[in-house]
Amino acid sequence: MNPNLLLAIVLLPLAGAIIAGLGGRLVSRMAAAYVTIAGVAISCVLSLIVLKQIYWDGVPAFNGPVYTWLVSDGVTMQVGFLVDRLTALMMAVVTFVSLCVHVYTIGYMHDDPGFKRFFSYISLFTFSMLMLVMSNNFMQLFFGWEAVGVVSYLLIGFWYTRPSAIFANLKAFLVNRVGDFGFVLGIAGVLYYTGSLDYTAAFEAAPRIAQESFPLTSTTSVEALGLICILLFIGAMGKSAQVPLHVWLPDSMEGPTPISALIHAATMVTAGIFMVARMSPLFEHSELALNFVLIIGATTALFMGLLGIVNNDIKRVVAYSTLSQLGYMTVALGVSAYGAAIFHLMTHAFFKALLFLAAGSVIIGMHHEQDMRKMGGLAKYMPVTAVTCWIGALALIGTPFFSGFYSKDMIIEAAAASHRWAAPYAYWCVLIGVFVTALYTFRMLFLTFHGEERFRTAHAHAASHGGEGGHGESHGSADAHHHGGEPHESPPVVTVPLIALAIPSIFIGLFTVGPVLFGGYFGDSIFVLERNDVLAELGHEFHGPVAFALHGFITPTFWLALAGVVTAWVFFLWKPGLADRAAEALRPIRTILVNKYYFDWFNENVIARGSRLLGRALWRGGDQVLIDGALVNGTAATVGRFGGVVRLIQSGYLYSYAFWMFIGLAVLLGWFLLRS
Amino acid sequence: MASETTLTWATVAPAIAEIYLAIAVCVLLLVDVFYGEKRRGLTPTLTLAALALGALLTAQFGAVTERVTLFNGMFVADELGHFLKLAGFVFVGFALLYSRTYLEQREILKGEYYVLALTALLGIFVMVSAASLLTMYIGVELLALSVYAMVAFDRDSGIAAESAMKYFVLGSIASGALLYGMSIVYGVTGTLSLDELAGQLRGELSAGVILGLVFIVVAVAFKLGAVPFHMWLPDVYHGAPTSVTLFIGTAPKIAYFALALRLLAEGLQGAVAEWSQMLAALAVLTLVVGNVVAIVQSNLKRMLAYSTISNVGFIVLGFVAGTPEGYSAALYYTLVYVLMSLGTFGVILLASRKGFEADELDHYKGLHARDPMLAFVMMVLMFSTAGIPPFVGFWAKLRIIQELWATSHPWLILIAIVMSVVGAFYYLRVVKLMYFDPPGELPATERNTGARVALGLNAAAVVLLGLLPGPLLDLCARLLH
Repeated sequence: MNPNLLLAIVLLPLAGAIIAGLGGRLVSRMAAAYVTIAGVAISCVLSLIVLKQIYWDGVPAFNGPVYTWLVSDGVTMQVGFLVDRLTALMMAVVTFVSLCVHVYTIGYMHDDPGFKRFFSYISLFTFSMLMLVMSNNFMQLFFGWEAVGVVSYLLIGFWYTRPSAIFANLKAFLVNRVGDFGFVLGIAGVLYYTGSLDYTAAFEAAPRIAQESFPLTSTTSVEALGLICILLFIGAMGKSAQVPLHVWLPDSMEGPTPISALIHAATMVTAGIFMVARMSPLFEHSELALNFVLIIGATTALFMGLLGIVNNDIKRVVAYSTLSQLGYMTVALGVSAYGAAIFHLMTHAFFKALLFLAAGSVIIGMHHEQDMRKMGGLAKYMPVTAVTCWIGALALIGTPFFSGFYSKDMIIEAAAASHRWAAPYAYWCVLIGVFVTALYTFRMLFLTFHGEERFRTAHAHAASHGGEGGHGESHGSADAHHHGGEPHESPPVVTVPLIALAIPSIFIGLFTVGPVLFGGYFGDSIFVLERNDVLAELGHEFHGPVAFALHGFITPTFWLALAGVVTAWVFFLWKPGLADRAAEALRPIRTILVNKYYFDWFNENVIARGSRLLGRALWRGGDQVLIDGALVNGTAATVGRFGGVVRLIQSGYLYSYAFWMFIGLAVLLGWFLLRS
Repeated sequence: MASETTLTWATVAPAIAEIYLAIAVCVLLLVDVFYGEKRRGLTPTLTLAALALGALLTAQFGAVTERVTLFNGMFVADELGHFLKLAGFVFVGFALLYSRTYLEQREILKGEYYVLALTALLGIFVMVSAASLLTMYIGVELLALSVYAMVAFDRDSGIAAESAMKYFVLGSIASGALLYGMSIVYGVTGTLSLDELAGQLRGELSAGVILGLVFIVVAVAFKLGAVPFHMWLPDVYHGAPTSVTLFIGTAPKIAYFALALRLLAEGLQGAVAEWSQMLAALAVLTLVVGNVVAIVQSNLKRMLAYSTISNVGFIVLGFVAGTPEGYSAALYYTLVYVLMSLGTFGVILLASRKGFEADELDHYKGLHARDPMLAFVMMVLMFSTAGIPPFVGFWAKLRIIQELWATSHPWLILIAIVMSVVGAFYYLRVVKLMYFDPPGELPATERNTGARVALGLNAAAVVLLGLLPGPLLDLCARLLH
């Protein structure tokens, strides 16, 4: 494969970002849009060509450096690409989603003053994400990882005049720092044990490192590879929003919906999942790390789903659903079913994008109202949105034949088949998670599109709207018809993408499950030890997608999902009064859920306040007195005095200059002649 | 000694840069005599064209694949020389491009200025290719005399005349020292050729050689501006017209690098133990004085003069290492430094207007509000000069420190790093003034498009070479292998 082709894929979005971002007055609004779209579109086409070459034409994977940045103490830091089947799939997904976002932005951000800035950011995002997935070494992986984090920070705080957006982007940034700290330590561990930052070297050394142990104290030690993998996974926990580092994702919905939601739901958060799959040769050799991954993933899958039930902000419900689904992917990683994780990542990208855009469409139709309690009966007014949203929901809860069914059922089956000691816990979590998913998803559907039309009464006092963290978008065109009253169907620029995404949400699983999971699509790019290979075990029982789906009707999964739907119907459509009574009866649990398990409370009151107190103490005692007073100002004063004295020597008189030259000459002469 | 009795194209081609430039100077002088008064812009434009043509000719015909000595051993042509000459064309071209409006507004846009710049460049080339003590001396004088005249070019300015006088007198003392040192070395060894000198000086050195060496080191230190032979530098930088400061602050540094390299590292390589000790002592003084005194300056040109002195300290440190890798680090530092100071003085030229010299630090208050592009370029350059990654200045400092580490000079590294921190203060102060202080009532900046494009390229080079340092680093390593 031609490295220049790969370079072009990466650099075109960067060039677009630079032109749109730094062009200033030279680049008009539409020019910025077209330049960035052209860059990403070409990049997308080239990525598809690469995918075709790799999968259909059988071109061998590319692995090599393109530029050596520096060599320090034998460690080479370079820009290099590893493009195999895993990477090619990710490249196609990333560039395709990004292209959609670009096109959608023209309509959605049309009147925003930050139009060009937004294009610059999302192009920069594409560049960073591509650097991340295409890397062949840890250095570049870390670069992409951080660059993606920075762009995400910029996007969440895109409307920087809004205090809640600033709070959210700071939160996302800080939480990701915690994850990245682990990530950097993990990379340092790899470097320590292999002396190289190259993937290939690290993967080859994995069985050897697995034998070594890392001393924690003089008496205790921990297996070295397990430690490295857990540290790397902590990075993934930050980026892919796993408990307890998930707190930033719901708040990230402060960014412009649904575009940054797409980035945060469909692409960026999958970086952690991708990273673990890429590192499968490392993780495979450590039972400790995989059990850790499994527990974290299972916990996220179940408990974040529960939060979706009590939220009333339509965007946040979808956000919690994203958290829960990321947990499912992590569970798949934990049971060594890396292929299933990537497969779920792909199907999820489609139906979650669909749900986000549908939520965005509802928000536009409701004149920027996000509280579901003030909606209801919208199906009559927004038929296209309602139907597509139904499709997305059916895919999400895993209805047989829909795309989500194949990927999600496969993860549950894999958890059941796994022999890890944490697997039973994970199995029950993901199984109950099915019920929970169905419940919150259909609660959202019923509250939004069916039942009583509550928006008329609500709109009377819409001035004080907002609900739970819901903040209306400062969307220029929306203000123009803010007092329109009736909800209305969104314009084609919104509904066409909905329809376009609904189709793969139904069919993509049916057509791809066979080749991707059981047809050896990933080949050598994912490494699984034979004793861990649950997907191969499942493969023996897999007799084609249709048979699998028909079988799906008699599994507990299907009945749990159905039970969730029925429960949602009873409580929120048939007998709405029951919901309030149930909430009353379960008040203690509800309180915990509404407070999001007190994670935010803990972070703000214990961690943040504690660090502030510590910081204040160090600042007063250490900084002001010792460093500023004695060291900094002390040295500065000394330097200043010395400078003043030396300046006097520079008298301006020629004879004094000549004199000093002769002094210098005489000293040198005396020193060297007398010495010899 | 191989003597060529016949001149053929092959024996002349490596000297094409010098020959072409000498002819170009004559032609330009004649053109200026006949048309200079009538068409003011003619000579400046022709000079730029001549530089471009010279660079092309040199690139096309002047290249050599291996080291060759020509003209009875007086002239050496190697890859290093070829590259430095090309760099000289480019740097002088940029310097003249930046200066034009400035000269025009002060009514000193005269043909002689451009002719002097070209003779200075010729001096630089002669030094770069010197293979004998005599050639080197001729080059030094050719460059020095042209530059003295340039400093005094604004005849109505008292301060310029004063600094030109100081420069001339002190320069003459240094020239005397150089010539004296050379004559002693010649007296002891009986040869002027640097190659033969290198062959003869081995093992224990006689007191005579050391005597000559001290004088030569003093002259080199004077030219570079190392403490305590630096005193001319702040006065000249301050007193000369800014366009001349720009000129003497850039391209001649290449020549002084070549001076140190050809004389000390090549000719007197047998005495490396001695001169590297002398240079180490000078470098420490230079770093300390340059950085510390720069802090108390309120005039930007003077501050930059001390900044030059401190950067010279780093270049000298590269020679202290005494290895080809060390020299290549010094070469890299020199090129990078010239690139950065070209831009910095370019900003000063563009910030000045007719009747207004933007040379006080206070003149840069709130520059961002008045001219964001200029402020941004200046910020990049200041960050880079302070040695902050990812800009190219960081790599230059890193390379020097790496080589000092490789040759076990921990104390010098410590001093270099501490002094870099001190230096960061006054560079960052400029950034603070530009971005955080309120703009005062100052004249608008110059809007010359050509100079602005050149400045943009200049800043882009500082950023790009910082992000992708590999090629230039490899080139410098190869040239001195």
